[in-house]
Amino acid sequence: MSKEDMLSKMAKAVIDGDKEQCVSLAKDAIKKGLDLNEVIEKGYIPGVKKVGQLWEQGEYFLPELITSGECMKAAMQVLQPELKKAHIAVKSLGKVVIGTVEGDIHDIGKNLVSSILSANGFDVIDLGADVKLEKFIAAAEKEKADLICLSALLTTTMMGQKKLIELLRERKLYDRFKVMVGGAPVNQTWAYSIGAHGYAENALTAVDAAKHLLKK
Amino acid sequence: MIPTKRPKLELLSPALIKKIIAEALVILEKQGIFVENQEAIRLFKGARMKVDDSSQRVYIKPKLVESSLSSTPAEIKMYDRSGEKEFVVGGDEVHFDPGSTAVTILDQKTQEQRRADTDDVVRFVHLADCLDNIHFQSTGLISNDVPEIIADSYRLYLGLMFSSKPMVTGTFRVAGFKPMHDMLVAVRGSEKNLAAKPLAIFDACPSPPLKWSNLTTQSLIDCARAGIPSELISMGMTGATSPVTIAGTLVQHVAETFCGIVICQLAKKGAPVIFGGSPSSFDLRKGTTPMGAIETMMIDAAYTQIAKHLHLPTHAYMGLSDAKVNDSQAGLETGLGAVLGALAGVNVISGPGMMDFESCMSLEKLVIDNEICGMAYRLIQGIAQRDEPIATLLFEGFTPKMQFLSLPHTKKWYRQEHTFPAISDRDTYDYWVSLGRKSMADKAAEEVDRILKTKPAQVADESLVKELRKIMFADAKNNGVAKLPEIKR
Repeated sequence: MSKEDMLSKMAKAVIDGDKEQCVSLAKDAIKKGLDLNEVIEKGYIPGVKKVGQLWEQGEYFLPELITSGECMKAAMQVLQPELKKAHIAVKSLGKVVIGTVEGDIHDIGKNLVSSILSANGFDVIDLGADVKLEKFIAAAEKEKADLICLSALLTTTMMGQKKLIELLRERKLYDRFKVMVGGAPVNQTWAYSIGAHGYAENALTAVDAAKHLLKK
Repeated sequence: MIPTKRPKLELLSPALIKKIIAEALVILEKQGIFVENQEAIRLFKGARMKVDDSSQRVYIKPKLVESSLSSTPAEIKMYDRSGEKEFVVGGDEVHFDPGSTAVTILDQKTQEQRRADTDDVVRFVHLADCLDNIHFQSTGLISNDVPEIIADSYRLYLGLMFSSKPMVTGTFRVAGFKPMHDMLVAVRGSEKNLAAKPLAIFDACPSPPLKWSNLTTQSLIDCARAGIPSELISMGMTGATSPVTIAGTLVQHVAETFCGIVICQLAKKGAPVIFGGSPSSFDLRKGTTPMGAIETMMIDAAYTQIAKHLHLPTHAYMGLSDAKVNDSQAGLETGLGAVLGALAGVNVISGPGMMDFESCMSLEKLVIDNEICGMAYRLIQGIAQRDEPIATLLFEGFTPKMQFLSLPHTKKWYRQEHTFPAISDRDTYDYWVSLGRKSMADKAAEEVDRILKTKPAQVADESLVKELRKIMFADAKNNGVAKLPEIKR
C-alpha cells in the first residue's frame, strides 16, 4: 500500500468511526517508518475535518461525532509513545485544561468538547466532572496550559465560572491563561459579563473559538 | 344505559411489559445500582442485600422488589390546604399541575426570559390557584431575590401562603426537608394529621444511569417516614444517559424507579410512592432534551402503562413545550402531551406553563394550557349514553324544518356534552378583526391580568401566615440569610 493510500485510509477510518482500523493503520505506519507527524496531519486530521463538515451539513449527529473523536484518540495513543521515543514533539494547537465545575456532575457536553478538541489537535487534559476551582488552577499551572475550559449545566454552578475568573484575577494569572466557558445555561452575554475570553455554543464552534483564542 | 367507555392509550403489549420488568429486575440483581446514602445502605444491608461499600453499589434481589411493590399503596388521597377537598392519585384519575421547576419567567412585555423575583412567584401561585383545570399547585418557579440555599423552602412558603391547592414540590438540599416538613405540619396542625391527609408531593430524581444521589435518597427516606408521597422522577436521556431505544430506556427507567420504591418501603412499609418520570428523547444533533418530542411522550405513556400493570400511582412531565415563546410549537407540543397523558391515565401530569426544556415559566402559557387541560379532561370523559333511547324519540314527527336549538333536550345537555373555551378564538373573521386581530397569546396576557385583578388569592389565614413566616425566617437565619424580600400584597 502506498503512503498516499494509507493516509486516505486513515481519514476514511476516522470518518467511518472504525476504531480498529484507525489503530491498525497507526501500527502499520510505525512499522513502515513513516513520518508520524505527517501521518497525523495528512492522514487522521483531514478525517476529523471531514467529520466536522458532515456535522455542519447536518449529515452527522452526536454519535458519529463522538465515535470519530474516539477513533482519533485511539490512533494518537498508538502514535504518541513512538513520537516520544524518537524525541519528536507532537504538534499541538495548544494545551487545554477542561472540566465541569464544582457541584455539577453533568459531563456529556464537556466530554464532547474535550473529545472534539483533542481530535482536532489540541492537547487536552480532562479533569472530569464536579471539579474544584482550585484544581483547575493547579492543573493549568502544572501543565502550563494555554486555555482553561469550564463547563456548567446548571444555573447554580454557572457561578463557578465567574468565581474561577475572579480567582485568576486575584492571583494575577488572568493574563496567563485564556478562559473559555460553555454549557446549556451559558451564553455570550454571560461569558462577556464575567470576563471570559471565549464562549462556544457547541463542540465544533469550541474548536474554532479555541483556535482563535490561541492565535497569539 | 350502556356504561361510558374511558378512552385509553396503551402502547405496550402485555408481553413487552413483562419483558421490560424482567430485564429491570435482572439489572438490579446482577449489575446493581449506586445508592450514595449511608442510611439507605444500612437499610439495604438490614434487608440482607449484597452491598459493595467502597462503590456504594447495591444489588437488589427480585424478591425484595416484589415485596416492596406489593406494600406500596395503589392510590393516594391528597388534600387541599383546608383538608376538606380530596383528590385521588391512582386508578385513571388525572390531575394537572404546573411544570416544575423553572429558573426563569417569560416576561410578557419584553418576551424575554428573565430571573423571577418574589412578586413573580406570588403572581404565578395566585394564577395557578385560580385555574380550574390545574388541580394541583406546584412550586414551579424559583425566586431569584433570596439566596439559593433557601430556594427550596422559600418557594413552598410562598405556595402555601397564596394557594389552597395540594402542592408538588421537593428539596434542593438535605437540610431543606425539615423546614418544608415543618411548614406542612403547621398547615395540618400535627405530624399525624399531615400523614393522614397529605398536602404535598415531594419529587426525587435518580441520576441516570442507575444512581440515587445522597440528596434524593434522603428525601425518599424522610418523606416515607413522614407519610409524604414521594414522586420518583427517573429521567434517562435516550442515547446519552440511557439506551437509545425507547424500550431500552424503559428498562433503565423501571430499574431506577424500582430501587426508589424499595428505599421508600425499607424506610417505612406502606409509604406512599408515585411512579413518575421526566425522561426525554435526547436530541442527538443539538444535545438538548426535548420534552415536546413525540418519543418523549411515548416513553411517558409506556412507563405509565407499566406502573398501572403494577397497580402504582403515576406521574409524568407532559403538557409542556420546548418553544421559547407562545407560538404554534408551544400549543402543538403542550396539546399533544396533555391529551396523550390524559389518555394514558397519568395521575399527576406536571407541565402546564412550562417551556424551553423545563426551564422557563410563562403565565400566559399557563392560561392557554389550562384551556388545553380542559379539552383533555373532556376527552377522557368519553362519550356517554345520556338518554334511553339515545335519539329516536327526538326524531318522532321529524319535518324538514326541524332544528334542535329550541329543544329542551339541547338545553338539558349542552353544558355537559360541550365545553366552552375562555380564550381560543371562535369568532367570525370580521368580528375577530374588529376586536383587534388578537392572537391567543395576546388574549392570554389579558386573561392573566383579568384573573389576577378580579379573583382574590386564597391567602392563608393570619395565624397560619404567622407560623409559616416563623419557620421561614428561622430557616433563613440558620442559613445566614438576615433578610427576606417584602411580599407586596
